Amino acid sequence: MDLMDRFRQGDRRALARLITHVENGTPVGRAAMRELYGATGRGRSIGVTGPPGTGKSTLVDQLASVFRKEGLRIAIVCVDPSSPFTGGAILADRVRMRHLQDDPEVFIRSMASRGALGGLSRATGSVLKVLDAFGFDVILLETVGVGQGEVEVVREAETCLVIEVPGLGDGIQAIKAGILEIGHVFVVNKSDNPGADRVAEQILTMLSLNPVPPPWQPPVVQTVATKGAGVEDLARQVRRHWEHLDAQNLRREHLGRRRIADLAEILKCRALGAASQRVLSRPEYSELRRKVELGQMDPYEAADRLLPFDGIEEWRLP
Amino acid sequence: MPDSQTKIRVIVAKPGLDGHDRGAKVIARALRDAGMEVIYTGLRQTPSQIVQTVIQEDAYCLCISILSGAHNHLFPEILKLLGEADVQDVLILGGGIIPPEDVPALKKLGVSEVFGPGTSTSDTVKYIREHVQPRA
Amino acid sequence: MKRTPKPGPLEKWERETLPRSLERMPERRSTFVTTSGHPVPRLATPAGGDAPAEIGLPGEFPYTRGIYPTMYRSRLWTMRQFAGFGTAEETNERFKYLLEHGQTGLSTAFDLPTLMGYDSDHPYSHGEVGREGVAVCNLADMEVLFDRIPLDKVSVSMTINSPAAPIFAMFLGVAEKQGVGFTKLNGTLQNDILKEYIAQKEYVFPPGPSMRLVVDSIEYCQREVPRWNTISISGYHIREAGSTAIQELAFTLANGMAYVQAAKARGLDVDEFAPRLSFFFNAHNDLFEEVAKYRAARRIWAKMMRDSFGAKSPASWLLRTHAQTAGCSLTAQQPEVNIVRTTIQALAAILGGTQSLHTNSMDEALALPTEKAVRIALRTQQVLAFESGAANVVDPLGGSWYVEQLTDQMEQGAMDYFRRIDELGGVIPAIEAGFFQREIAEAAYRYQKEIETKDRTIVGVNDFALEESPIEILKIDPALEKKQLERLSAVKSRRDNDRVRLELGRLREAATGTANVFPPLLACARAYATLGEMMDVFREVYGEYVEEATF
Ligand SMILES: Nc1nc2c(ncn2[C@@H]2O[C@H](COP(=O)(O)OP(=O)(O)OP(=O)(O)O)[C@@H](O)[C@H]2O)c(=O)[nH]1
Ligand SMILES: [Mg+2]
Repeated sequence: MDLMDRFRQGDRRALARLITHVENGTPVGRAAMRELYGATGRGRSIGVTGPPGTGKSTLVDQLASVFRKEGLRIAIVCVDPSSPFTGGAILADRVRMRHLQDDPEVFIRSMASRGALGGLSRATGSVLKVLDAFGFDVILLETVGVGQGEVEVVREAETCLVIEVPGLGDGIQAIKAGILEIGHVFVVNKSDNPGADRVAEQILTMLSLNPVPPPWQPPVVQTVATKGAGVEDLARQVRRHWEHLDAQNLRREHLGRRRIADLAEILKCRALGAASQRVLSRPEYSELRRKVELGQMDPYEAADRLLPFDGIEEWRLP
Repeated sequence: MPDSQTKIRVIVAKPGLDGHDRGAKVIARALRDAGMEVIYTGLRQTPSQIVQTVIQEDAYCLCISILSGAHNHLFPEILKLLGEADVQDVLILGGGIIPPEDVPALKKLGVSEVFGPGTSTSDTVKYIREHVQPRA
Repeated sequence: MKRTPKPGPLEKWERETLPRSLERMPERRSTFVTTSGHPVPRLATPAGGDAPAEIGLPGEFPYTRGIYPTMYRSRLWTMRQFAGFGTAEETNERFKYLLEHGQTGLSTAFDLPTLMGYDSDHPYSHGEVGREGVAVCNLADMEVLFDRIPLDKVSVSMTINSPAAPIFAMFLGVAEKQGVGFTKLNGTLQNDILKEYIAQKEYVFPPGPSMRLVVDSIEYCQREVPRWNTISISGYHIREAGSTAIQELAFTLANGMAYVQAAKARGLDVDEFAPRLSFFFNAHNDLFEEVAKYRAARRIWAKMMRDSFGAKSPASWLLRTHAQTAGCSLTAQQPEVNIVRTTIQALAAILGGTQSLHTNSMDEALALPTEKAVRIALRTQQVLAFESGAANVVDPLGGSWYVEQLTDQMEQGAMDYFRRIDELGGVIPAIEAGFFQREIAEAAYRYQKEIETKDRTIVGVNDFALEESPIEILKIDPALEKKQLERLSAVKSRRDNDRVRLELGRLREAATGTANVFPPLLACARAYATLGEMMDVFREVYGEYVEEATF
């Protein structure tokens, strides 16, 4: 049976293999995306972001357990950074997801960022769609914990949780970096440590400084992920956000925005791909590259010869 | 051999009750430094959890580190579950303290190679590169 | 008027410290001579003068040269081989064998299910019962384990950490049955949970509640089992996990200080409990650095205990230690060569002034040791004790420029680590932040890379290798798991289950509140409650710990 048929019949191994195709950008993966695209937009996606070690994985584990009790089918995608030097990665978020490992209705996939910045990998959005099309009710997405505005996540997830903890020294720092705008629910995890109330207050204060109050007022929830405390409340707030999205027709808006972003991304990839293929296959490329390397020619000069500015219009994109 | 665009994804699993993760961590790092993507399961994974991880992560290779002496119990269990799930194309390697005379039986079960104490990590890296089955 | 000059430290030592010690611990012989017939001095000192105060004199603060004035001239170290495998019967046999062969203390290894607090019939135990040590599920197993071993005469050490409290309660139960009063019991509980989070990873509960159980045991022993060594603060496993010697030294002493702080915070008197803390270090290949590590450990501990923790009694300043040769240094290739490694390592521990020693068997890189391998390991210690002459003089390397310099460096390196740990908020926050784990993983990786690039030579592994045939190793009888399970179910059907429930309920009350858990644990043990049942009570109350994955 072919991979897509198995996928449609709910075969988890086919799902896993398809994700590999999509992640690696193979022809099979590209064809599958085209085929599945129409079936996406059903599952709820929740992004979880925050500085390293704040308890994102532990929280995802707990939150997923709450949703599981409600009978929802859960997929989890965890992104960890690739080494910029070797391209390798150690993906260790699963270590925390103890409660879910034996549950046949939970699917966890680890991904390396593969050089992409912004907390996700280039293929993450597509992988979420594959999981969505497979039929998961909720898709949780844990971003790389770099703590500097993983804004990519808002494009992919309709509900975005921002995790903070007390005692990071400079709680405001992470909030400053543009994260205030992306959070739909703010979580102060590790509330068993001193200073949690203060962090919560700080976040509320900063939210209240927003000049144009948005229709959705992001709540701040305190949790102790290791003990599961506050997680029920968190799940409730997430549901409230879903209801808000539905009531205001915002879900449609979000999906619309995402489709446009997808189009832009696809065009960008193709344009880049086409351009680089043309340029890199030019016979003089390696010669010019060598010259640039040795400092005998500056890169602008080389670029002008390989791809003169006014030559761009000449390409005939299919 | 997978082409250079794709990454070899390897699971480093630590079944059994012991906590001796020195070897597992050294090999995980060495594989990462060789450009692979390593999924680390953490300590004390049951055979069924390991098999679920292999399936969900669509790993090319599963490295199982056992130092507790329970290899003759744990390997057969993991391989049985992999068989039941019809997982055929994953390269399975063993490491840790496994006496040489137990190795033939493990290989018959489907373990490709066992890397005992003193194996260099570069040998393991090389072995994986040469033996993983292509994916996508 | 003529003034007599104030006596120097050496003179004072000879006049006061030494005679007092000789009275309590006379030397083994009236004279010690070299093989050439020359007398061996008790203690070599700088020509015509005193050593710097940092080096000092043996048996005196800061104990760099040893904790006793005469060291092995009076009493050799205790030769203590770790044993335990299979069922309680088999280990009991091995114990008796070792005692007959001249071993002077017993050391118990438990199997992994026991170490993790699971009974042999727990699903996780399958395949692991009796493998790395003996399975102990309840008092009945413990009774068999120490059958006809007089607990008032033989000192027993038990390598157990997370479930140390329930296991010790069972041990006390056996002592009661033998009619041996608790005050006569002598031995050591490893009970060092901090190094589990740092290195060996056999933890069950989060650090906070684990520390509470440790302090409960200190408090209980101080009152009821006064000669018992309550914690064996262990660097051994830290080293085995791949640390450097300095890391081993620093992390172990930092853990020691954390226990002292926790016990003081309970309101216990440092001079009451500190003398019952002991240590356990690794002995690795780098002979002189290892010797320096032991000497620096004593010096740092003495200073810390006196100056930072306000201990007044010299007994609190002493760092008494057990040593074990480095299991991680043994090679599967040409295993006989391990005997040589072990000899060097054992010599390091002895030159470092250890109080007791376990020498590894040559085949331990492959499996559990055979009887022959265990015997050779013990013989190694005997050769060092009786033939090498190393035991005839106190601190033979003291005053070596190299060793003194290394000792200072080790101390400095440890102090640097203490500062970093303090900056992280102490040992437990540093554990939670993965600090130790990361430092160790880094060192282990570096060591492995050095071997692979041949920057470091390991004989028989990356140089001088041979094609070889495997040596004989011990097989664990697969039937023993069945035997153990049968005994467990027999005990469960024989015991009074209502009483077990009642006692477990009382244990839960103590665990939830602040009362010492030992009295209810002892009652549970007497009722033949199982280890798993007692640990489950703690698991429910305290939760289970999952560590940060660090690389
Ligand atoms: N005290 C306390 N510790 C917590 C809490 N939640 C998580 N932790 C601990 O924080 C550490 C990090 O947790 P993770 O869940 O791995 O955090 P993360 O944000 O996923 O980490 P990265 O993926 O590495 O960025 C672990 O040691 C957890 O046990 C909490 O509520 N209280
Ligand atoms: Mg994480």
